[in-house]
Amino acid sequence: MIFIDTLLLGISSGAIYSLMALALVLVWRSTRVVNFAQASQAVLSTYVGYEITMRTHNYWVSLPVAILFGAALGSSIDLLFMFYLAKKVRSGPIAEIAPVIATLGLLGLLQSIIGLIWGNSFLQYSTPLSGKGFTFGNHTVPFSPQNLLIVLATALVLIVFGVVFKFTNLGLALRAASFQPEIAQLAGIRVGRIRNIGWAFAGAAGAVAGAVITPTSVLSPNSLDLLLVSGFIAAVMGGLDSLVGAVIGGLVLGIGFAFILQYVGSSVTFLAGFFILVIVLLIRPRGLFGHQLGRHA
Amino acid sequence: MSDGLVVENLTVNYGAIRAIRNISFTVSANEMVAVIGANGAGKSTLLKALSGMIAPVSGSATWNGISLQKKRPEELVRLGIVHVSEGKSVIPELTVDENLALGGLWRRDKLDVSAALRDSLNLFPILATRLAQRADSLSGGERQMLAIARALVSRPKLLLMDEPSLGLAPMIIDQIFDALNHLRNQLGLAILLVEQNAVSALKIADRGLVLNLGELVKSGSSIELLGDADLRTAYLGF
Repeated sequence: MIFIDTLLLGISSGAIYSLMALALVLVWRSTRVVNFAQASQAVLSTYVGYEITMRTHNYWVSLPVAILFGAALGSSIDLLFMFYLAKKVRSGPIAEIAPVIATLGLLGLLQSIIGLIWGNSFLQYSTPLSGKGFTFGNHTVPFSPQNLLIVLATALVLIVFGVVFKFTNLGLALRAASFQPEIAQLAGIRVGRIRNIGWAFAGAAGAVAGAVITPTSVLSPNSLDLLLVSGFIAAVMGGLDSLVGAVIGGLVLGIGFAFILQYVGSSVTFLAGFFILVIVLLIRPRGLFGHQLGRHA
Repeated sequence: MSDGLVVENLTVNYGAIRAIRNISFTVSANEMVAVIGANGAGKSTLLKALSGMIAPVSGSATWNGISLQKKRPEELVRLGIVHVSEGKSVIPELTVDENLALGGLWRRDKLDVSAALRDSLNLFPILATRLAQRADSLSGGERQMLAIARALVSRPKLLLMDEPSLGLAPMIIDQIFDALNHLRNQLGLAILLVEQNAVSALKIADRGLVLNLGELVKSGSSIELLGDADLRTAYLGF
């Protein structure tokens, strides 16, 4: 019983990491930028969702609004910052690192803006779903309807974006624009516009993550920061480029944490995350699902 | 005459270097013009300026009377000007199939995209056997074929070819040049062919432009240039 409970606990937190990792992979796949502002974008979208719920008293109304807001926010960040940054720094080592540093700056900026508007205290953003585990006979498992929603959202994001990337013209354009923007341009693809759609997609995925994860804890300007770390570890484990890899990376991490918590102790769990990451990267430097050949091969 | 490509007094910088100085020439439909000259003569920069990748300093370039200035590469592709850049311009992470599809993504006429795809595969049948493979698993020659095939899916009218023979075996080069010949003769494309391999290029081109340190030092029919002994020793070293 303890084993199954631990596994379920791992799956519920693993799904949270997976969802965060998916959002990171989506930005990476469509823009080749590791977006550290992702967490604050997701939190801001969640605050918008929170506001809508306060006014309408309906979580299910707030969810699509938060997602649309997340997409618009992602797209605006690209238009207002990233586009100009890419224009200014075109070549040399700085061209690869500058956007990443800029997203770190944006992380702080967005969090401060959230603090100014909503304050820094903890808010409660809840769904109508129960956070209490399902009961079988007289045993309550550590897996609630709320957890089920997270798992379903993860699966949905994975399937929707997996299909878009693999089977649609837009997905092909997104992949081409991120791998080789210059060649994509010469093939007639409007790279700027396509990238912007990539930012919107990633923003939407982050908003989904924020909206379904936050009800399991509290909402504050940096409530997703720790999750960003776990999500990033999961994404790197999965190869940073693979949607399926991100989900599996998240589950490995979540289940790993749960078992370590159960059988070793709470003091080492966070360390264990990095330990798992190092082991995975030592064995498979390109991540669990990374491509055999690097992008410059 | 404003038909075809008309370049007048074009000057282009490559970084801080003046790579092209005051060059004028034309290329019309059904015509292949070779741009030859040593390494660093400015050949590739010329193509980049014509395909919108670099903005020229001064001068003008028009295609059938339409100015090419201040247009991005993706817009020029829509005008029928397609640049096959140096070094096998394919996306290694995508499959052959996907690379080919890229050339037609922006086009509305999906029927003609399929037709163009079939034509491209007829021109390079080897690609038809590799459709599901990733482009980085192809040989150098196959990658070059894929780059040209992808360009053809866009139904170009002017093809800007940058060193298609670079690093390829003679037999493969022949195959690629045969294909270019076909595109000019059968489909009536205008082709601007940049080559270091001057003799091979002049053998299939109608005319040649000789660049040296960014200046147009000589131009004429291919036969003329091939027979010019001074030119050989002075600029081409063969």
